Amino acid sequence: MDKETFFESPVTSLGGMAIRWVNELGAMVVFLFRAFVMIFHPKQFPVIAHQVYFIGARSATIVMLVGLFTGMVLGLQLFHTLVKFGSAGVLGTAVALSLIRELGPVLTAIMITARAGSSMATEIGIQRISEQIDALDTMRIDPLRYLVSPRIAASIISFPLLTAFFDLIGILGGFITGVMMMGLNAGTYFYRVRTGVELEDITGGFVKALVFAIIVSIICCFQGYYTHMRRDSYGAKAVGLSTTSAVVLSCVLILVADYVVTSLLL
Amino acid sequence: METPLIEFQKVSKRFNNHVVLDQVDLTIYEGQVTTIIGKSGSGKSVLLKHIIGLLNPDEGTILFRGQPVQKMSKTQRDRTFSQISYMFQNNALFDSMTVFDNIALPLRQTTHLSPKAIEERVRARMAQMELTEVARNYPSELSGGMQKRVALSRALVTDPKVVLFDEPTTGQDIIRRNAILSMIAQYQRKLGFTAVLISHDVPDVFFISNRILALNDGKIIFQGTPGEFEEFENPLIDEFVQSLEDFQEHLTGIQSKRQFRVRNQVGLRKKRSQESYVMALFTLKDFDELCEYLGHTRGQEVLNAMGAYLNKHFGAVGGFSARQSKNQFSTFLPFSNLSEAERIVEKFALDLREEGLRTIQAEANISQDMCFPFAILAGLAESKAGSEGIDVVFKKAEANQKEIAKVYCDMRR
Repeated sequence: MDKETFFESPVTSLGGMAIRWVNELGAMVVFLFRAFVMIFHPKQFPVIAHQVYFIGARSATIVMLVGLFTGMVLGLQLFHTLVKFGSAGVLGTAVALSLIRELGPVLTAIMITARAGSSMATEIGIQRISEQIDALDTMRIDPLRYLVSPRIAASIISFPLLTAFFDLIGILGGFITGVMMMGLNAGTYFYRVRTGVELEDITGGFVKALVFAIIVSIICCFQGYYTHMRRDSYGAKAVGLSTTSAVVLSCVLILVADYVVTSLLL
Repeated sequence: METPLIEFQKVSKRFNNHVVLDQVDLTIYEGQVTTIIGKSGSGKSVLLKHIIGLLNPDEGTILFRGQPVQKMSKTQRDRTFSQISYMFQNNALFDSMTVFDNIALPLRQTTHLSPKAIEERVRARMAQMELTEVARNYPSELSGGMQKRVALSRALVTDPKVVLFDEPTTGQDIIRRNAILSMIAQYQRKLGFTAVLISHDVPDVFFISNRILALNDGKIIFQGTPGEFEEFENPLIDEFVQSLEDFQEHLTGIQSKRQFRVRNQVGLRKKRSQESYVMALFTLKDFDELCEYLGHTRGQEVLNAMGAYLNKHFGAVGGFSARQSKNQFSTFLPFSNLSEAERIVEKFALDLREEGLRTIQAEANISQDMCFPFAILAGLAESKAGSEGIDVVFKKAEANQKEIAKVYCDMRR
């Protein structure tokens, strides 16, 4: 390798990578826009309802289970910390605010990504490689309308609802450890929850849930939809890698977006 | 001159640097069955995907009823392509949907029909395709042949004007291959759509095709009738002939039409000029109705059994037979004159009535309960070596055809 190429090579590959990223980001925005517009197509309601059942209702159990244990751990940890400062009475506020502002939206989004997001990427990916998406095209059924729009709509409906479930069950989890196990007064706990939480906290949590809904649904659908365009693999392996990329990218972007939204809201 | 339904003018397509279609010119006419043949990787599927708009050409023009597709507005394009259905090589059925939902999908998503009307239409199509009993099954629970029928039902449920079939018989055994082709031909005639097939099933596909397009290395090397194709001199044809050699034992146990002609010519060359020979033509009457009643697979089994029976009978007296068309067989009797041939055919008809029909029925697994009355016609024509073309002799034999045997069913059961 000559000297010039040796020095140019990393720059070239970095530039190439940057161009690919920008391209992909652009494609993703167009993909989102086109799919979003078609949410309001008259034939969408039954398909959206089906996806709400799959993404929302069928994720409820796992989200609530995680919410319960998250609340219990929070209750336990915060109780021991607050006791050191003689402030165990504010446990309700601490648990509720942690859950409603941060942990509720983030952990709910990550759990839905793991359960429904991976499934979206895999299902659409398999439909792509087995020509089912081409079949939709030949039937003049827009695949974006039929496959992607309902998933985005269902995510927008399900994420805030599941976040609310997560928050509620988490607060109950904090109650179980703080009150029932550590002996804090039940009235104090709920009084602190009620007085400590303001409407902006709840709205902020829901805003995050909506942002995460769009991020997760669009990334998972996009990765599945363009499985056949992957350069690193083909067929079943490509579907597997697309699913992995969808989950990893969604989780990372959930945390990045969490920081961005939090800094904008505060 | 008739305007072609679809016309390619100098269409080229490349993937990276690989040229898949190279200046392709072709015409497809309305109401016909057009078959595209060619080696694997010669660009047949890519060509089909251009017709339905899944791919756009890099160069050249595609015309639909004389209108360039590329210059159409989005609405016009949608209207044009909505008249075309596509049956994928691997069926592309939605594996998470039942058979019923798969067939109903295009109606639910692209029409404003009521759920009741959709159900009626889907059920009617499923009944035609003998799929009623598997309506609630998933595609993975069905056999390959049934999956094909589901895909065909889905392609036909919107009553399209054009149906594209991408290797509809791939992975099927010989009986089912012929059953699928027969089914396509029957529905094409019944519903009147224009069919474009990709198929390797030479010569069976010739029996149902009006036109053949041969694609080789991205270029159209032939377009014309099946008859013209058989006369066409090209190394590609030799490859197909080779495939026929492998084919004959499976199909009906008898020779292909092309082999028959070759053997016939060799047989005639051995004869002295003006020495007589006889050609017999046998027709399975009401074959479409038979297929509709018993199913296409069983229809092919009847044909198969009949071919084997002919071969057995006439092979013993020095004749040889071939499948002539979808439901016709020809037999060449080289050492006969007309009166001798009549005696041979009379004896054959007697055997057929006494034993042969029962044998054919049994070999095609047709029970008395399912019995369907069908008849066999036979016609003879005498000719002299070197005096006239074989097609003229066939026509004479066809004109002389009369019923020699018939299956009677006990309808009182």
